[in-house]
Amino acid sequence: MDSDEDERIPLRQRPEWSDITPVPQDDGPNPVVPIAYSEEFAETMDYFRAVYLADERSLRALQLTTEAIHFNAGNYTVWQFRRVILEALNADLHDELEFVEHLASKNAKNYQLWHHRRWVAEKLGSEAAGRELEFTKNIFLNDAKNYHAWSHRQWVLQNLGGWENELSYCDKLLEDDIFNNSAWNQRYFVITRHPGIGGIEGIRDSEVNYTIKAIMTKPENESPWRYLRGLYKNNIKAFITDPKVSTVCLKVLTSKVNSVFALSLLLDLLVHGFEPTQELKTALESLIPESNNSDSDIAARVCSILEVMDPMRVNYWRWRKKSLFSC
Amino acid sequence: MIGMEPSSSSAEWKPTASQEEQWALERHVFHIYQLFCNIPPKSQAVMLELQRDNHIEYLMKGLRHLGPSFSVLDANRPWICYWILHSIALLGESVDDALESNTIDFISRCQDQHGGYGGGPGQMPHLATTYAAVNSLITLGGHRSLSSINRGKIYSFLQRMKHPSGGFSMHDGGEVDVRACYTAISVASALCILDKELTQGVGDYILSCQTYEGGIAGEPGSEAHGGYTFCGLATMILINEANRLDLPSLTDWLVFRQGVEGGFQGRTNKLVDGCYSFWQGGAAVLLQRLHEAGDLFQSHALQQYILLCSQVEGGFRDKPGKSRDHYHTCYCLSGLAAAQFRWSKDADREPLPGLVLGPYSNLLEPIDPLHNIVFEQFDEAREFFTESQHCDDA
Repeated sequence: MDSDEDERIPLRQRPEWSDITPVPQDDGPNPVVPIAYSEEFAETMDYFRAVYLADERSLRALQLTTEAIHFNAGNYTVWQFRRVILEALNADLHDELEFVEHLASKNAKNYQLWHHRRWVAEKLGSEAAGRELEFTKNIFLNDAKNYHAWSHRQWVLQNLGGWENELSYCDKLLEDDIFNNSAWNQRYFVITRHPGIGGIEGIRDSEVNYTIKAIMTKPENESPWRYLRGLYKNNIKAFITDPKVSTVCLKVLTSKVNSVFALSLLLDLLVHGFEPTQELKTALESLIPESNNSDSDIAARVCSILEVMDPMRVNYWRWRKKSLFSC
Repeated sequence: MIGMEPSSSSAEWKPTASQEEQWALERHVFHIYQLFCNIPPKSQAVMLELQRDNHIEYLMKGLRHLGPSFSVLDANRPWICYWILHSIALLGESVDDALESNTIDFISRCQDQHGGYGGGPGQMPHLATTYAAVNSLITLGGHRSLSSINRGKIYSFLQRMKHPSGGFSMHDGGEVDVRACYTAISVASALCILDKELTQGVGDYILSCQTYEGGIAGEPGSEAHGGYTFCGLATMILINEANRLDLPSLTDWLVFRQGVEGGFQGRTNKLVDGCYSFWQGGAAVLLQRLHEAGDLFQSHALQQYILLCSQVEGGFRDKPGKSRDHYHTCYCLSGLAAAQFRWSKDADREPLPGLVLGPYSNLLEPIDPLHNIVFEQFDEAREFFTESQHCDDA
C-alpha cells in the first residue's frame, strides 16, 4: 500500500468490507490532546475497532492490521491482535519476517516491532537464528548502537543459538569504532554467557590483554576501562593482585595523556586494599607535585588530584574522599 | 568523555563515528556557551531565564489540539497528557476548571473495564499508559480526579501483568523489562496498593539487569542505560531493596554520564540528550538521598545545558539542532527541578530550594523524585488514598 498511497481505495468503497459497520473512537464531547487524524487514518482505525471488537480472526482483518501498523507502528493493540490472527490462521511466519524487515527500515526504534519480531522468531525456533543475526547486523550498519536490536540479538543467541562467530563480530565492530560501548557490552555478554566459553575465569587473561591494548590506543575511551573492571567482577582478590591492572594505570599516568580513568581505576584498587608500588607513588606525585601534600593517605591524594583534573565530577571526588574515612 | 579533539595530527589517525558525532555536538554547544560568555551580564540573565509564558502557551496548545503528525502517538495519549500536565504543574500553573474536567473525562475513557489504562479510548490496558494516566490524575488532584481511578481493578490488572521472571509484562502478551517493573510498582505505590504479592521477585529481576558498568539495563545482558537505571533504582527504593544493588558502581557509572556539555548522556560514549536531565539527574538525586550525601553531580552545569541548549521559544528539545516536543519538555523541566533543590534524606519532607541558575524566578515546583509528580499533589494523593475509607476497596 505504501508504494502508491494516493491510490488507496477507501475501505467503505471496498466490496469485501461492505458488511462491516465502522466503530468510531469514543473520544467524548470535549477530548483533550485530540489528534487531527487524516481521513485515511481515522477510517482505518474505525474499521480496525470493528473487527477487533468482533474478534474477527480473518485474512482481511490481518490485512487491515497491516494498514493500521503502517499508519502507526506504535499501536500495541493492533500488533497484539495481529498475533492472535496469525495464530488462528496458522499463517506462514516467514512472510511476517519480511513485513517486519520492511517496517524496520523506517521504525528501527519502535518497541512493538521488536517485540513482534521476537515472538515470530520464537515460533520459528532455531531455524530462524541465522536470519535474525543477519537482520540485526543490517540494522547495525546504520545504527551500531540500536538498543532494541542489541536486545534482540542477545535474545536470539540465548534462545536460538548462533554463538560461533559472535566474539569475532564484536572484534570487527570494535575495530570500526573502539568507542562503541554497545559492542563492548556485547563482548561482555559473550564472554560471560557463551556456553562454549565456560565463564569469565578461563578467558580473563586474554581479555585483559585485549582490553589493555584498547586502553593504550585511546586512554580517553571510558568503555575499555569499565570493561576491565567488569572482568574482575566478583573476584576482588584477582583485581588487586593482578599486576596487569596496576601496570596499565601506571603506564597511562606516566604518558601525559588524559588520566582521569587511570586515576579512577587506581582509586578503586586502593579502596579494595591494593598496596601501591613506589613507582606508582612517584608517578602520582609528579602529576600535581605542588598540591595536596597534606593528604597523607594515598587514596585521598588520588581524590584530590581528580578534583582538579575532573572538575565536572568535583562533588563526586570530594564525596569519595570523605567516604574513605567513614568506613 | 570522548572530549578532547586531538591537537597532534598523525597520518594514520582517523576519528571513529562516535568521535565525529561527539565533536560535532561539542562544537555546536561550545559555540552557544562562547556566545553566552561574550555578552553583557544583563543579556546573559535574559538568556538564562526560563521562558515561562512561552512554555505555558506551547503546553496549553498541545492539550487543546494536535496536528496529524501526532498520529504516530495515537497509542500514547495519556503520556501526552502527563508530559503536558506535569510540565504545567512544574511551572507552578494549573489548567482551568473546564480543561480539568475534560481531562478527567478523557482519561476515564482510556480506563479498561477490567482495570488499567490504554493508550486511547478502546485500546488494551498497558502499564506505561496506566502510569501516565495515574500520574496525570494525581497531578490534577482533587476528589473528582482521584476518585475516578478504580484502584481495585488496577490492582487486578497489575496482578495479571506479573511475570514468572519476577518482572511484569507491559500488557497482555507484551514485553517484559525494567520499564514495566517501574511503571507497575510506581502506580501501586502512588495508589497505596503495593503489597508482597506485587513485589515478589521484582528485586531479583532488577538485580539481574545491573551490568558490569554499574548502570541498569532494560533486560538482563543489555547495556546500562539512563532510562532503565532511573526505573530500576526507583523501583528498588520503592520496594525497600535498594541496598541489594551495587550502589558504589551505580553511582560511579552515573556521575560519569554527565558530559563536558553539562547535560547527561544515556549510555557510555553516546551523545548528551536533554531528557536524561531527569533520568540520570533524578537517579542522582535518589542516590544522594540513599548515601545521605550532598550534590554528587554538577547541578549548575546541568541547569546551564537545559536552559541554554535545550530550551527553545516554547518547549524543550534533546539538543541543539533538534525540534522541541512534549516528551523533552517534560523531562528537561523535571531534570531542572531535580537540579534546583536540596534533597532531604527524609522522603516525606519537601525538598528545599538550592542553587538556582539564572534569575530566582526560574525556580520550579519541587517533585517527588520516585514518581516524578509535583510534591504537593503527590502528598495530597497519598493522604487521599491512605484515608481508610478510600483504602478499603483496594
